[in-house]
Amino acid sequence: MLRYATRRVLSALPIAFIAVTVCFFILRAAPGGPFDSDRPLPPEVLANVRAYYNLDQPLFMQYLLYIGGVLRGDLGPSMSSYDFSVSELMAIGMPFSLQLGLTAFVIATAIGVITGMIAAVYKNKWPDYMLVLVVMIGVIVPNFLIGALLQLWFGVYLRWLPAGGWVPGSWAHLVLPVAVLSWAHAARISRLMRGSMIETLGTNYVRTARSKGLGERLVLARHAIKPALIPVVSYLGPGLSYLLTGSLVVEQIFGLPGIGRYFIQAALNRDYGMVLGTTLFYMLLIIALNLIVDLVYAWLDPKVRYR
Amino acid sequence: MSDYVLSIQDLSVTFALHDTEVQAVREMNFDLRAGETLAVVGESGSGKSQAFLGIMGLLAKNGRATGKAVLGDVNLLGMAPSRLDAYRGKDIAMIFQDPMTSLNPSLKIKTQLSEVLVKHRGFDTRKAEMTTIEMLERVGIPEPAKRANAYPHEMSGGMRQRVMIAMALLCQPKILIADEPTTALDVTVQAQMLDLFKTLTEDFGTSLVMITHDLGVVAGVADRMMVMYGGRAVEKGKVDDLFYDPRHPYTLGLLHSTPHIAHRAARLDPIQGLPPSLEHLPKGCSFNPRCAFCFDRCLEERPPLTPVGDEREKACFFEGPLQSKKVA
Repeated sequence: MLRYATRRVLSALPIAFIAVTVCFFILRAAPGGPFDSDRPLPPEVLANVRAYYNLDQPLFMQYLLYIGGVLRGDLGPSMSSYDFSVSELMAIGMPFSLQLGLTAFVIATAIGVITGMIAAVYKNKWPDYMLVLVVMIGVIVPNFLIGALLQLWFGVYLRWLPAGGWVPGSWAHLVLPVAVLSWAHAARISRLMRGSMIETLGTNYVRTARSKGLGERLVLARHAIKPALIPVVSYLGPGLSYLLTGSLVVEQIFGLPGIGRYFIQAALNRDYGMVLGTTLFYMLLIIALNLIVDLVYAWLDPKVRYR
Repeated sequence: MSDYVLSIQDLSVTFALHDTEVQAVREMNFDLRAGETLAVVGESGSGKSQAFLGIMGLLAKNGRATGKAVLGDVNLLGMAPSRLDAYRGKDIAMIFQDPMTSLNPSLKIKTQLSEVLVKHRGFDTRKAEMTTIEMLERVGIPEPAKRANAYPHEMSGGMRQRVMIAMALLCQPKILIADEPTTALDVTVQAQMLDLFKTLTEDFGTSLVMITHDLGVVAGVADRMMVMYGGRAVEKGKVDDLFYDPRHPYTLGLLHSTPHIAHRAARLDPIQGLPPSLEHLPKGCSFNPRCAFCFDRCLEERPPLTPVGDEREKACFFEGPLQSKKVA
């Protein structure tokens, strides 16, 4: 198990490197630059600014300088918030984004697994139909629409919850954003879990378990859930990237102080350093969580460990 | 009826399809004595497996078993699954055809075995695991203590079937139902497996029901046999009687289509045609389209199962000698 983990960590490093490289060049291929504006800067000032950010160097040189910085842990200065470095801005937004994203991830996964199981056990009966309906809404309706509708309903008409904004330490402000973020993720997990559980319940080994007279509860808990979770767990990695990219939008809709807000601003302003920094952050997060997912996978499916 | 451990009366198994019903098993009757081995023989689709899955309460969701299956003084059929669980795995156990998929791939062998003892005997985990290891040794698994910690995918098909046998016999059940237990195994392993069945059921005094389409298996282990066709029993009796003097043309056909070491040169003589669709059974005797002895009465009336001699029954109108004429 330990060897398996080490191998997985080592193989994650080149992935990170390739991803940064691709991002760097794609970003530079986009038209415009950080200092284009309606009122152009005087040529001498522009030349100075460009020199300060190394933008006067050949592109490949800039890339090497950037990679060098990243390896030393320096993500460079922000090009639109002049007094801050990228790391400082991210340190401001990161705790919030992590809190939001992981809360939604954990809640959504738990809800998805449980509802999927219920739907499978009551296949083609009313609990199944109800759950499928709620799940389909989550799959079909995009999060910015669900977000706006929930804001309108619970925030404006009913006034049960704040419609947006953030007060540090207030759970009430998290409820709607987490709900919006979780819905789609829980819906996908639930669908997967339902299908996988139905399949598992039809397998020969579940029939064997029933033939032993274990009782339906033990058959489900010990013999069906673990194998049924395997496809669900393998989806958690990609599912997480959906959820995190969704959180950029949700932070914007609800006016929350996470990295998402900086990311969108930075992308609009061609703040190269900031966009790369946030991308790098999300990428590392996704790699790390995928790694955890793979390890859980190895625990669920003993065959994986020996490959 | 107290010398019977299991008494099946008018067992029928029906499956509900979209707009129709299919009867997989029709009015089956038999009694199983303590310690004896009964072989249930028939082609695919003859209802032999479904009958016993019905008794075990393991039919697919759309399946329904009616009739009576009396074990001791209780009727297993129509019992709620929660009540049935007091008997399944304890008094009546089942082994399935495919050992590769019948064990849970994500649980260790010892977990899957010891849970039976915890449930039915109330053992604590440690005692259950020790008994498990003893049982694994009895079914011929080398290094049982080590293998108990293995997962199913680390074992061969033959080993897995041994594990299944150990699992079924943990509580020393009165009845063991083995559904084609050797079909998925290598021929060399098959013989070992049959020996194992024989010795273990003798040791525990367990009655064995061997569901099979392999007459070689029947000859090797069974005392009595029941031949099934189109969901019904067509001939019953002692194995020797049926082998040497079959009274139903279908039994004769099965015997002719089995290779025999004494007649190596002879070509096998298969039964012509295909097994009937259970949705559209022919009028009269179900076997009539494939039967060489068929006459007008067989096309109109269904022959009932009637006693012929010592512990024998057959469902056929033809009374002459069968041996002289070839089937089909």
